[in-house]
Amino acid sequence: MRANKRSFQHFIRRLQTTPPLRSVDAMRLTLPNPGLDQRISCHEDLDRMEKEEADSRPKWDNKAQYILTCVGFCIGLGNVWRFPYLCQSHGGGAFLIPYLLLLVLEGMPLLLLEFAIGQRLRKGSVGVWRAISPYLTGMGIASMLVSFLVALYYNTLIAWVMWYFFNSFQSPLPWTQCPLNENATGFVAECQESSTVDYFFYRVTLNSSSSISDSGGLHWPIVVCLCAAWTVVCICCIKGISSSGKAVYITAILPYVVLAIFLVRGLTLKGSFSGIQFLFTPKVEELINPSTWLDAGAQVFYSFGLAWGGLISFSSYNPVHNDCVQDAVILTVVTGLTSVYAATVTYSIIGFRATEKYDLCFHDNIMSLINGFNLPEDSITPSTFDSALQHLNSSDPEAVLALDLKTCDFQKLLSEGVEGTGLAFIVFTEAITKMPASPVWSVLFFIMLVCLGLSTLFGNIEGVVVPLRDLGFFPKKWPHEALTVITCLGAFVITLLFALHSGIYWLTLFDQFAGSIPLLTIGFFELVSVVYIYGIDRFNGDVEFMTGRKPSIFWQVTWRFLSPLIVLVILIFYLITQAREELTYLVWDPTSEAFPSLSSEAYPAWINGVIFLLAGVPTAIVPMYALCRFIYVRFRQRVG
Amino acid sequence: MSGKVIFLLSVALSSAQQLCTPGASDGYKVRLSIQTALGDNAYAWSQNELFLFRATLAFAMRNHFDGQDFQVANIIVCDETQRVSFWFVVTWPDDAARLVDGSEVELAIRKSRKRINSAFLLNDRTLEFVGIVPTLAAPQLPATPPWLIAFGVVMGAVGAGFVILVVSAAVQKRRKKKENVVDVAEDEGSDVEAPPPKPLKNGSVRQDPNGISNVAFCDDERVTQM
Repeated sequence: MRANKRSFQHFIRRLQTTPPLRSVDAMRLTLPNPGLDQRISCHEDLDRMEKEEADSRPKWDNKAQYILTCVGFCIGLGNVWRFPYLCQSHGGGAFLIPYLLLLVLEGMPLLLLEFAIGQRLRKGSVGVWRAISPYLTGMGIASMLVSFLVALYYNTLIAWVMWYFFNSFQSPLPWTQCPLNENATGFVAECQESSTVDYFFYRVTLNSSSSISDSGGLHWPIVVCLCAAWTVVCICCIKGISSSGKAVYITAILPYVVLAIFLVRGLTLKGSFSGIQFLFTPKVEELINPSTWLDAGAQVFYSFGLAWGGLISFSSYNPVHNDCVQDAVILTVVTGLTSVYAATVTYSIIGFRATEKYDLCFHDNIMSLINGFNLPEDSITPSTFDSALQHLNSSDPEAVLALDLKTCDFQKLLSEGVEGTGLAFIVFTEAITKMPASPVWSVLFFIMLVCLGLSTLFGNIEGVVVPLRDLGFFPKKWPHEALTVITCLGAFVITLLFALHSGIYWLTLFDQFAGSIPLLTIGFFELVSVVYIYGIDRFNGDVEFMTGRKPSIFWQVTWRFLSPLIVLVILIFYLITQAREELTYLVWDPTSEAFPSLSSEAYPAWINGVIFLLAGVPTAIVPMYALCRFIYVRFRQRVG
Repeated sequence: MSGKVIFLLSVALSSAQQLCTPGASDGYKVRLSIQTALGDNAYAWSQNELFLFRATLAFAMRNHFDGQDFQVANIIVCDETQRVSFWFVVTWPDDAARLVDGSEVELAIRKSRKRINSAFLLNDRTLEFVGIVPTLAAPQLPATPPWLIAFGVVMGAVGAGFVILVVSAAVQKRRKKKENVVDVAEDEGSDVEAPPPKPLKNGSVRQDPNGISNVAFCDDERVTQM
């Protein structure tokens, strides 16, 4: 009996020392991950290091700085010029249902995952994935590449905004006037046919060529603005979070202040309520359309800055017992509310502009009628226009036809050009010229855009510089300042590509491909890695250790099942739609028939190589690194 | 005698009317938008205003042709409408049956456009000569582009920031060196103390004066349930 008992105890002790086995329950599946405990510090160690402040990691000055940095990172240009457009085009108020739903089911779980893993493992994105498993280092490298590519074109957008900001300190604003042609009898043809704001953007600011293959040369105003943009970013990020953490007090708060000012101004303008009405009028039948849900999911993903690596990095500077669950919830709520807030402001201004243009069109028609039929000036008013037109049409239809009256379509005016750069540089600039004291509004608007972009860039640069240091590309002795300066300098040289005459087409290419598919892939792998390779049990225990309570059933269900599924579905549908679509882009071509609208052109064949570099390489690095490492380890084993 | 005069006048009038027809090749249509320009302060269009117009136009013709004494009677107006628009033609002072060439009239009007406009408190848009495009004002371009000034201010601020950074880093280094020198001087006088704890790496062993603690071994091992 005693021998049996001893052998039984010995058997149990042996079980306790073997590595974790695959369990029967599929939901708590954990893949074998040997050596995990050697790579990460255990809980006692974390507490000890915190008490003695033994590690030399930077720290946040206070919680507010951390929250503001994350808010600034999540709230970017897309909240002003992408979300309102999606909202309006996918059923107005009804779009809020898929957006908010996916915000909570897809965005929040991934957000908490990144916060918690960064806070627990106390490393940047490469360090975290390398600690979980050396085969997963590819994920960190992919995050770094995506952050870098996005930072390149994002800062170019900021350079354009800075150009408009610099040009706002004059009255009248330069985009209200067309230059005269040679003999001063009229305006330059390109400006006459399109509009002053179009001309200022495409010709004066960018000097854009008519195709992506036609590079032209460097356009020096953009080079100058790129220089300004990169130096500002460099000096804000030069000391890591000790400098950017101070800068966010301005860059994260100023946009809210400016939006409030614009809200008050916008609501007092004529026609603003029709814009807001247009935005929020729900069209419930749009909810059946799958692209509504896809666009909502993609927007949630990108607007949270997930899978860029910046959030993991920021969270790793927190104290160990920071309540990251609360942070994730706060950030989700703030992002959702800010999106709606910014959309309201944007559409109040758009409504104002559309009303002004509509009134102008109407006035022109009235003038044509009055001049054509030699009627007294005040005989036709906007209210009597229709009856007067009918009367005149019945008496002399040919003359009315000869007048060539324009159709004034209010709905069309509300929905034209309201996305992306078109919103900021064409629609908004035009609306601002119609407001009294235009330079003031112009300065406010563009400084707000600069702040929105800069605060996102801080996270981007963090997601590039910290992995570069962790990967060992720079000697360990070099200070953080040197790394930041070198990164910014290198990035500046590469962004000179966007200062070419074809720069805008390159930027659209980057926007479409660099920040879409790779991010979704990395996000999916992040969820899978933490839940199944790191182990959901271990992760739950970590969160309980850090915050004091175990994550509720909501987090369990979303982490293990819902969020990966949603991200996978979005990724697959994205790939399918991209593969099916013909690759075309919009060009500004004064010689085309569609001018002044942008005409659609097919990309040249060599673009496929560029697209592969932008989207394919970051995505492929994740499995390729794992494969290469596997082969290398096997080779070493065989030799040694 | 009076009958002859009346007959001659009517002949003259009718011939004048024949000279001025809507669509005449040497004539121009004028369109005034007084309500749009002046709103509440608009004046009513009357024959007196028309007389002023003819006089102003005669003035413009005199300005253009040196020595030619154009009179009000040389400006013939027809086809007046309620829009306040009408056609006019200009005849030579010495030959009432001959019209002044349209291109010459255009040049005369262009020369004195501003004066004609100001006589009626209107501008190029509200006093339209249909067919005569107004010379456009060149866009005002200031001497130094304002954007360069704004750019200079921003870059100056950034440059100042860099300088402050470098200077403060240098000052801090110097302060640290001074402190180190002072510390070493103090230490040399005191007893040897235990060295401060170095930062830890995972799996390393810390030399604690009270013993050795192996930080790689932790109590909370993860055991998967069977």
